[in-house]
Amino acid sequence: MTATAATAPVARAGGSRQFAGTGVLLRFALRRDRVMIPVWAAVNALMVLSMPNALKGLYATPAERAGLLHQVSGNTSLRAMVGPVFDDSLGALTAWRVGVYAGALAAVMSLLVVVRHTRDEEESGRQEMVSSGMVGRRAPLTAALLAAAVANAALALVVTAGLAGQGAAGALALGLGIAGVGMVFATMAAIVAQLTESARLARGLTAAVLGAAFVLRAAGDSASADGSSVLTWLSPLGWLEELRAFAAERWWVLLLVAAATALQGWAAYELAGRRDVGMSFLPTRPGPAEGRLGTAGALAWRLQRGGVAGWSLGFFLAGVVYGGMTDGAAKLVGDNERAREIFQRMGGQSGLTDAFLAAMVGMLGLIAALYVVSSVLRLSAEETSGRAEPVLAGAVGRLRWAAGHLVIAFAGSVLIMLLAGLGFAVGYGRQVGPVLGACLVQVSAVWVIGGIAVFLYGLLPRGAVAAWGVAGAALLIGWIGPALGVPQPVLDLSPFGHLPRLPGGAMDWTPVGVLLALAAALVAGGLAGLRRRDLTT
Amino acid sequence: MTKAITVSGLHKSFGATHALDGLDLDVETGEVHGFLGPNGAGKSTAIRVLLGLLRADSGTARILGRDPWRDAVETHRRIAYVPGDVTLWRNLSGGEVIDLYGRLRQGGRAQRVVQGGGGRRAGGLDRRRRAELTERFELDPTKKGRTYSKGNRQKVALVAAFASDVDLLILDEPTSGLDPLMEEVFQRCVAEERERGRTVLLSSHILSEVEELCDRVSIIRKGRTVESGSLADLRHLTRTSVTAELAVPPADLSALPGVHDLDVQGRRVRLQVDTDKLNEVLRALAGSGVRSLTSTPPTLEELFLRHYQEESSGEPAVTR
Repeated sequence: MTATAATAPVARAGGSRQFAGTGVLLRFALRRDRVMIPVWAAVNALMVLSMPNALKGLYATPAERAGLLHQVSGNTSLRAMVGPVFDDSLGALTAWRVGVYAGALAAVMSLLVVVRHTRDEEESGRQEMVSSGMVGRRAPLTAALLAAAVANAALALVVTAGLAGQGAAGALALGLGIAGVGMVFATMAAIVAQLTESARLARGLTAAVLGAAFVLRAAGDSASADGSSVLTWLSPLGWLEELRAFAAERWWVLLLVAAATALQGWAAYELAGRRDVGMSFLPTRPGPAEGRLGTAGALAWRLQRGGVAGWSLGFFLAGVVYGGMTDGAAKLVGDNERAREIFQRMGGQSGLTDAFLAAMVGMLGLIAALYVVSSVLRLSAEETSGRAEPVLAGAVGRLRWAAGHLVIAFAGSVLIMLLAGLGFAVGYGRQVGPVLGACLVQVSAVWVIGGIAVFLYGLLPRGAVAAWGVAGAALLIGWIGPALGVPQPVLDLSPFGHLPRLPGGAMDWTPVGVLLALAAALVAGGLAGLRRRDLTT
Repeated sequence: MTKAITVSGLHKSFGATHALDGLDLDVETGEVHGFLGPNGAGKSTAIRVLLGLLRADSGTARILGRDPWRDAVETHRRIAYVPGDVTLWRNLSGGEVIDLYGRLRQGGRAQRVVQGGGGRRAGGLDRRRRAELTERFELDPTKKGRTYSKGNRQKVALVAAFASDVDLLILDEPTSGLDPLMEEVFQRCVAEERERGRTVLLSSHILSEVEELCDRVSIIRKGRTVESGSLADLRHLTRTSVTAELAVPPADLSALPGVHDLDVQGRRVRLQVDTDKLNEVLRALAGSGVRSLTSTPPTLEELFLRHYQEESSGEPAVTR
């Protein structure tokens, strides 16, 4: 053996200038997200900033607000849904009413941004091209996290400025708290994106962590009235409450947020440094050498069954949770004249329990519209990715190919509403038949949204994503329209506005029949368009 | 002989782009037909019209005697297609996709017993051939969609196509991403298909592949057919290089029809001649006593470059 110069071990993280190109990538990411980030931030901020006025309308006097504080503190199911309330000022009530939800929305925005610029890029193969340029090993992840930071900072700024009238310190605390939750989930998504090979799975897993954080917080808040439960402390969404915006802010909680963000960010960089581009820590398992899939319908089911299972579970659990809190919530609402009015505008003129049930069923119907759009647009994804082409080059007509996905979309929306109804039966236990019927009535409006998606896809394949806008608009109109006193003609634009208020109201078959006919016409029109047009790639 | 594909005067526009501008194409039953043209010439558009994925603006197209748009499903029963860029479902294994493609061609009908040879094809997969092809292409069918490289994704589609019981194979640049060994396997498979009496439409850029496999070729440019025929026919349309050593300096050769780039150095002559005028030139050279003679037929590259580079004026840009 001859003596050789000691070979330096290859640096694990790979040489100098690891952050080269971060600035370019960040600008590129913000350019790509120039619509997505502002829309998410604006919707979130709108929800927060509209709240003081809405609450002022509901609880005008300090005495009414003090009464609300008292009731929330004594109502476990309500605390589970919204969290504990620490003060009776409008600012504190705003933080109580929307804080957790604004944090959750910021978390969703952040995880979408981060996964989009990390795992999505690697999965599609675009990252290779980018990384072959003057781009450091850590630049893509850094740019993704910075893009999320920019989005959250903008959100914090708008919330702080908009709520400053209620107290500058509280506004700053709430703004930073919401953005902080966003960053905790941005770095969480950065970790998960290292683990999975698929961006879809990375988004799903991070969203599941968010769901778990919500459940932890809900459990902790129902157990204690002042947020002192350890379960609440375990949830990043709980930290938002512990910050106590507008109620003697506990600023040190932000250190916890910062520490979690830093720790998770560090872990993400460590993981990223130990793997190759495109690879992951959860490798893909091999599949069968011979397949049993034989029809376009079976293929559609194989592609969508995971999604259907997830939505089914979610709707069932939502039914159980809302069913469980029905009595408590109805009692709370009943004690306030104006809140009762709003609930009755959303849910109907009958008893308050029925009104609450109707409002919750209606809300699930609105969310089911998102399911039907995502399911219908699978057609579009299959077509534009080129995967539909060899299928349609087989002896499969376009209608049969589309039917596979559409059956899942439309029958699936019946299934998830049915499961929501069963969830109410488990959680509430009474009025099983009427609630189940109410859930099924929602389907007619859900189908209209699905019909619009099919129509857009069939006639304007490039504009099919507009179906998301339609579902989102229906959601906004149905969700915050009644509380904001939106004029009736606008409310009437949504198919959900025409449904009878059930349970409690009188069943009216006319609007249901009209909506079903409209849905059928839209689907028929979309399919006729699909038969005539060129396939796009 | 019946035609597997007849296309005449086919037009297809996407907005202001004329992808097909009066395309003609004839593919005889049982032949391997090369489909050539530079990038963006409209090859893939033509194929997608033939598969009924796009609807032609005007002109006629018949595939296996039927209308490709109206009878899409019925014709597809007898066609296997390999796209140039295969995309797979990330969570399905290669084997599952191969079987899926095979069964889809049966249009969901119950599996029929598949026998080779003539007659109406059942469309499905020949299990024995599927196993054999998987082996020959060295494809691991248990891997999932995303984990395949480009070449391996291509193999998935190729195995599905070659193992299926069809009359017509439409292959759109099918060997992109294959290594030279696999390219050879592919060529053998196409040769086998021809022996079984199947028709192949092969769009390709690999000239050796075309030269090896194709009975006839069609060259298209800007959506229009510029040349069609057997390779021998096409060669006839181009020039042969001739170098000769003569006994005495030749008489004036430049007066002969079809002679180009004449270069006479004493008794040494180099020239190019239109291939159909070769005979006259040889006779003239023989008059001066030929000591040695080399004649090089035009290479396929020259043939294609000439067609690919033609300016819009129609003047051929001569390349050597």
